Amino acid sequence: MNQPVASRTWKRPPFIQSALLRWGLWVCLAIYLALAIGSMEIDWGRVGEGATRSTRFIAAFFPPDFSSRWDSIYEGIMESLWMTITSTVVGIMLSIPVGLGAARNLSWRPVYLFCRGILAVSRTFPEIILAIFFVKLFGFGPFAGFLALSVGTIGFYGKLLAEDIEDMDPVQAEAIKSVGAGWLQWLNYAVQPQVMPRMIGLGIYRLDINFRESAVVGIVGGGGIGATLLTSFDRYEFDSAAAILLVIIGIVMVMEYSSGYIRRWVQ
Amino acid sequence: MPTRDHNGSKIWHLRSTKHQLAVWFGWLLGVAIFVYCWRLISDKTIWFFVTDAPKQAADMASRMVPPKWSYMDVLWGPVWDTINIATIGTMIAIVIAVPVAFCAARNTTPSVHFVRPVALFIIVASRSINSLIWALMLVTLIGPGVLAGVIAIGLRSIGFCAKLLYEAIEEIDHSQVEAIIATGASRGQQLSFGIVPQIMPAFAGISVFRWDINIRESTVLGLVGAGGIGLQLDASISTLAWTQVSLILLVILATVIVSEWVSAKIRHAII
Repeated sequence: MNQPVASRTWKRPPFIQSALLRWGLWVCLAIYLALAIGSMEIDWGRVGEGATRSTRFIAAFFPPDFSSRWDSIYEGIMESLWMTITSTVVGIMLSIPVGLGAARNLSWRPVYLFCRGILAVSRTFPEIILAIFFVKLFGFGPFAGFLALSVGTIGFYGKLLAEDIEDMDPVQAEAIKSVGAGWLQWLNYAVQPQVMPRMIGLGIYRLDINFRESAVVGIVGGGGIGATLLTSFDRYEFDSAAAILLVIIGIVMVMEYSSGYIRRWVQ
Repeated sequence: MPTRDHNGSKIWHLRSTKHQLAVWFGWLLGVAIFVYCWRLISDKTIWFFVTDAPKQAADMASRMVPPKWSYMDVLWGPVWDTINIATIGTMIAIVIAVPVAFCAARNTTPSVHFVRPVALFIIVASRSINSLIWALMLVTLIGPGVLAGVIAIGLRSIGFCAKLLYEAIEEIDHSQVEAIIATGASRGQQLSFGIVPQIMPAFAGISVFRWDINIRESTVLGLVGAGGIGLQLDASISTLAWTQVSLILLVILATVIVSEWVSAKIRHAII
């Protein structure tokens, strides 16, 4: 038998090249985890109690109880859907001027900075925090949720629109300009066709997000299915809660399938 | 190309008549749905409150300044908790998402007919339920506190990470895997030498990206009792301590900006 002659064996290159950095990161991670887990106050007794509740909760899915709270579930879901549609439409309409202003190749410097500021502020706070404040200002109900989702949509859609416009092909834009188009015509024939397919896809994606968010703004009083869900958990009516969750998952799945279909159809 | 006769000369049109009618009909339908939904929301709104809102907003803003800086001493703990919820939650999610992603990807799944649908269902279920709803559920089940927040963030992120990861796995360059197979590697070795090195940058990018999102989400989990700075926000709002509220909002703003900066730096370094 031949002995392995060479002591040279191949080793795969590590993901992070510098050994010091690699080991340093591991050590930092270990220290951090120790500190973080140490600072968590976990009441294991209460967690143990949760085991029996969890089995009850999981059992509640077989079968879920749609019938006894059907009226409030139906009303909540419908309210969520109205909020989803209106807020997506209004949010996108408002985000178009902001997005145009925030594209570096379209607008002046001061307008650019102003619009970028609007986008940054509306993106920072989660929709739910906006909803808290809108509920305080406009009273309980779907209007507050609608506003919160619209503002969230502006931040999301406006930013992506601005980035898309910045990435567009300048040659086509120049061609339209060279035939003597006015600013609006230029926008309509040079910019819009280039960004449209992707923006339709993103609009549908945002519709999806808004539905998911509209399911939670109700927790702070912003209308929709969230309030019903919160009540059912507070009363430990797990079978109704399971029904609501299944309805939400079902709608999201339908939306995801149809949005994939629509996007393929558009492109 | 659709054209129309006009006094004997042909004029170019963007769409044919049929297509044009379909587009108009689509718009009509869309506007009708929007107006209908808007009517329903408007019926449920007390418009007096809405017209009164600017005054209320000015009043609220005047109560919010100046922020009560001394309250910061109380906030360090919750901020630390918030960051921990996001970080540990993301780690748990990644650990679970990796096997799920390998089961969901068409080219690595053990069985297309049995395992893949299950993995896809896990992804959809986790993604379609908002982290706040997960938190609500977990607070009822295992009690209020940071642990509920960590698990909620973890469960919510599994779907996100697994979805992006399995798409990355499906897009790998197959010839590299074939080269590994040609050396006589076992299935496990194919995975670790052929596939893993290719998806490593995507994997790191996805983790950091999700961590950034999770920081944002974990700031509100406290509203339903799952720990973090949201708990203080909820308490301050319900006791109408507006100067504390404004400080908390500033802290959230700062945390989010810092996390976004960190994640952008790391992703830049990786890619």
